[in-house]
Amino acid sequence: MTAIIAASFLYVPAIPGFGATGETARLIIYHVPTAWVAVLAYLMATVYSVGYLLTRDARRDRQAVANAELGTVFCLLATVTGAIWSRAAWGMYWNWDPRQTSIAVLLMIYAAYFVLRSSIGCADRRARLSAVYAILAFTTVPFLVFVVPRVFPSLHPNLGAGSERVSAMSPEVWVVFLASLVCFTVLYLWLQNIQVRLQDLQAKRLLRSVD
Amino acid sequence: MVNRIEVRGLGKAYHNRWLFRALDLTIADNSVLVVQGPNGAGKTTFLSIMCGLVAASSGGISIVLEGRQLSQGERRRQLGLVSPELKLYDGLSAVENLEFFSTVRGLPFSLPRARELLALVGLGTRGRDFVGNFSSGMKQRLKYATALWHHPHILVLDEPTSHLDEKGAQLVEQIIYEQRGRGIVVLATNEPREVKFGDQAIVLA
Amino acid sequence: MFAVTTLVAISFTLAGGLVEADIAASLLWIIFFFSAMTGVSRSFVQEEETGTSIGLKMAADPAPVFLGKFLFNAALLLSMAMLVVPLYLLLFNLAVVHVGGFLVTIFLGLVGLASAGTILSAIAAQSAVKGSLLTVLSLPILLPLLITATNATRTALYGGHLAGIMTDIAMLIFYNGTVLAASLLLFEYVWNE
Repeated sequence: MTAIIAASFLYVPAIPGFGATGETARLIIYHVPTAWVAVLAYLMATVYSVGYLLTRDARRDRQAVANAELGTVFCLLATVTGAIWSRAAWGMYWNWDPRQTSIAVLLMIYAAYFVLRSSIGCADRRARLSAVYAILAFTTVPFLVFVVPRVFPSLHPNLGAGSERVSAMSPEVWVVFLASLVCFTVLYLWLQNIQVRLQDLQAKRLLRSVD
Repeated sequence: MVNRIEVRGLGKAYHNRWLFRALDLTIADNSVLVVQGPNGAGKTTFLSIMCGLVAASSGGISIVLEGRQLSQGERRRQLGLVSPELKLYDGLSAVENLEFFSTVRGLPFSLPRARELLALVGLGTRGRDFVGNFSSGMKQRLKYATALWHHPHILVLDEPTSHLDEKGAQLVEQIIYEQRGRGIVVLATNEPREVKFGDQAIVLA
Repeated sequence: MFAVTTLVAISFTLAGGLVEADIAASLLWIIFFFSAMTGVSRSFVQEEETGTSIGLKMAADPAPVFLGKFLFNAALLLSMAMLVVPLYLLLFNLAVVHVGGFLVTIFLGLVGLASAGTILSAIAAQSAVKGSLLTVLSLPILLPLLITATNATRTALYGGHLAGIMTDIAMLIFYNGTVLAASLLLFEYVWNE
């Protein structure tokens, strides 16, 4: 991980045409992976939610929550890095560009999920209802992808006519970018693993104290 | 036995406390089970699990009729519940409440039968009155009417004689006796009067 | 009632000034959204609070319960709209260009609000805070619907390509279908413990 961070500053030359110094383009190495992980985490949270409803195994609920927690963090990072990029590249922090809107909605879904969980005292009920919510919210996410771009013009690169920009990234950038992508994914999986194991231990401790 | 209720390894935990654990018993047909225990011991919870209103933490309760285990939907058909937690619709009249539950259950509603049932529980003249104006004793009687409407095989009674006067208590005894002849009764109580009805008793502590 | 009050209040504050196209359409759907929140939350919260949900759970399967509540909520919202929409057009001096599209959009949008609102109010009713939770839960889920409906309404009010409205309407139909199907499947997990 440290290698990636180091590389992104030292190894990658500044990309011309992006903002005043081109330095800000380095942000893409962080921004895209965090957004990707945020979505991946939500997908996993939904999968575990379905698993919980089918098996009523408390472990699935813990897995769903762990993913949601990580997802929220990454989503927050993605939103912030996106806003910084937006300011640097186009002059304003927020402009309801479709991708921005989508990541904001994802953040809202995560927030609502945790608000729901915090408002239910009973563990079984909490797991069951938050699982239902996660799944329901997930079904509406694809619509964001289709709906919003139609309504708002997009400033995002990689959407529509922006694809030339992507290939304009030099090979070094590509290497670091992809490495970062992989790295973030690995980081997320590792954290998720730890989180789930931590919660498993906590749950075991709880049950033992109960007997 | 063709008709029975089986409780296997039943346990329920609330907020890190086990209410009861590893409960095993079989309730035979034409019998009455009495569930006793101090307040908070889990009597209502046990009955709720049987009715499918609450999920068990471990183990389960299966209801077997005609040799077949009942699904959740079929259970609804064969269970009648009277409980302090079950409330009827204050905005409707007694007859309308019966009609509502009958329709929701997908059963044909007949006014003569409704009147007959209301008369049985001692509400013969109050059919058209709004339940919101009923006394607690009258509401309790109406609960019996709604619980018996669909001829359930199993009657589940939580504190059967609460809010009832002496005549009401006698009515309940009669209902329990008759239901025992037709099917099964499971009741939760600490009233000594009802306890002696039981063929089988468990104490939750 | 909420809808009418809001409408009148907004119109009053604008004091007859002209309302821009975008704002007018958004306004309508904001009003619809919050009216739906107030109206729909009653469907399950009341049952939980008065204790009648137990009797209902003993007697009915989840699917009919959901459909019943949903249809009631849809009818509630549609009848509210019949009062609000004419008032809205009147107070803001708007004339509708594509009448058919306008009406269909409103119908589909309200049905969507009802379907998501019904299952979410069932979830909220089992929480500690009940009413206020519904809005928090609904917004992220209903946002695609609100955005599409606002867009279509704007086109319908001020003229524009009919094809645009058709695509929006198709989107609304898909959205409603998805949410309704998901709600029907998921409702039993909300209803039964």
